Amino acid sequence: MSQSPLKDHVTWAPAPWIRPAWLQWGVLLVVVGYVILAGSTLNVDWERIVAGGERTIRMMSDFVRPDFTARQTDVWNGILESLVMTVVASVVGFVVSIPIGFGAARTISPLPIYVLCRGIITLARTFQEVIIAILFVIMVGFGPLAGVLTLSFTTIGFLAKLLAEKIEEIDPAPLEAIRATGASWLQLMDYGVLPQIMPRLIGLTIYRFDINLRESAIVGIVGAGGIGATLETTFDRYEFRTAGAILIVIIGLVMLTEWSSTLIRKRLL
Amino acid sequence: MLTLKNLTKKYPTGDLALKGITLSIPKGEILALIGPSGAGKSTLIRCINRLVEPSGGQILLDGIDIVSLGTEDLRKMRRRLGMIFQEYALVERLSVMENVLSGRLGYVSFWQSWQRRFPQADVTEAFRLLDRVGLSQFVDKRADALSGGQRQRVGIARALMQNPQVLLVDEPTASLDPKTSRQIMRLLTELAQERGLTVIINIHDVPLAQMFAQRIVGLRLGEVVYDGPPDGLTAAMLTSIYGDEDWSTMPATQGLRPHREDLLASEVSS
Repeated sequence: MSQSPLKDHVTWAPAPWIRPAWLQWGVLLVVVGYVILAGSTLNVDWERIVAGGERTIRMMSDFVRPDFTARQTDVWNGILESLVMTVVASVVGFVVSIPIGFGAARTISPLPIYVLCRGIITLARTFQEVIIAILFVIMVGFGPLAGVLTLSFTTIGFLAKLLAEKIEEIDPAPLEAIRATGASWLQLMDYGVLPQIMPRLIGLTIYRFDINLRESAIVGIVGAGGIGATLETTFDRYEFRTAGAILIVIIGLVMLTEWSSTLIRKRLL
Repeated sequence: MLTLKNLTKKYPTGDLALKGITLSIPKGEILALIGPSGAGKSTLIRCINRLVEPSGGQILLDGIDIVSLGTEDLRKMRRRLGMIFQEYALVERLSVMENVLSGRLGYVSFWQSWQRRFPQADVTEAFRLLDRVGLSQFVDKRADALSGGQRQRVGIARALMQNPQVLLVDEPTASLDPKTSRQIMRLLTELAQERGLTVIINIHDVPLAQMFAQRIVGLRLGEVVYDGPPDGLTAAMLTSIYGDEDWSTMPATQGLRPHREDLLASEVSS
């Protein structure tokens, strides 16, 4: 190797994120200034915060002495309802998200179907669960049906979107091979696509089951069934010991699904 | 008889991949298609089963023009055209048996294939083929648990399950070591000859092509630049196919082409 002539004294500095450099500093200055000004409009009432401290202590001390007996039937019925809503919504979401996810994958579906399925997904993902729950309560009345519809709808949006993305990145070679056998479109999906996306779909559904369990406690607050309604009642009546009991049950259930999902993953994937 | 008449393919990007290919391949012939990357080899064999849609020309199999077939007829036609792929193209998460049986998809209904309930004759044939390619102990193994050579054997069994007349083979040995490559090529050509199949093999390995093919077609920039016996590949010929290089180590150019029988004998003993 011959020695390459070294240029004398070459300096180097990382390129600014935004060019030119003065614009980068300008943007930073505007953001910092805005945060300071916006913070100053919040009108923090320090006296109220101090008064709240006492209530917080009372609430917390009740939480650590949870009362599982006071509203026993209400609590257990609510929990059972939440579980039913979670299971039904997760299964419905799993089943319905498969065709919609396939339709929303540009690589395997024609443009009109793609646009339709993407539209459904966008609609399902635009609004937060509580807003959709309010709409369903208006449509079908108070109770767990509204909750199941809410959770199913949002689960479909979640699963179908991630499924479509997975389908768009699967290995195309096996698809070519299955097509070359003279397989029909449905057979191509069954043999070429499903085996490649199944592990991901199962993993996502288990994850979504977790989310649904937590959401099922929230949608009850607007009357869509589940433990949320009971939880809200206990807060309204300052029954913090019962509220504490409900929270502990929810925490326990979430931990249980977490643990079982790890088990399922190990066995299936 | 498989006949290509003035076959052209123009990709939407404007690339003219095939510039009017005309070839006649008699039944039972094993033809190797050689040429540099981008010469159009892969496009050519994919036009035959229309994984790639030809832009013009005709492809006649026993007088039927494949290019003009509608969707249903094309599906039926594909059953007669088995295909074997470079990276095996198995469905990794399906079992060996499911991969082999997928060769029957063109023959069974969706419900039969969905329930994995294939006719007994198909299952019997699958077992027979797996035994023939030496994979009888791997029936319920998942395809991703196999080695490269084993996977390509599954690929061969899948293609033969179709009971095809023609085998389209796309770089079958590109991901295999030299010994496995020879074993796979031997298995492939033996099985094809047993069944009297017409075979088109895309292959980069010129000596391997000379060893196993009866006829060689050299493709360059979408045109046929050589069509003749394996022995006719001189240094000048290789230059016209691939461009200028030192070809002195190629067996054909030295008159060192090994005879198939010698090779068979030497590798059976090894």
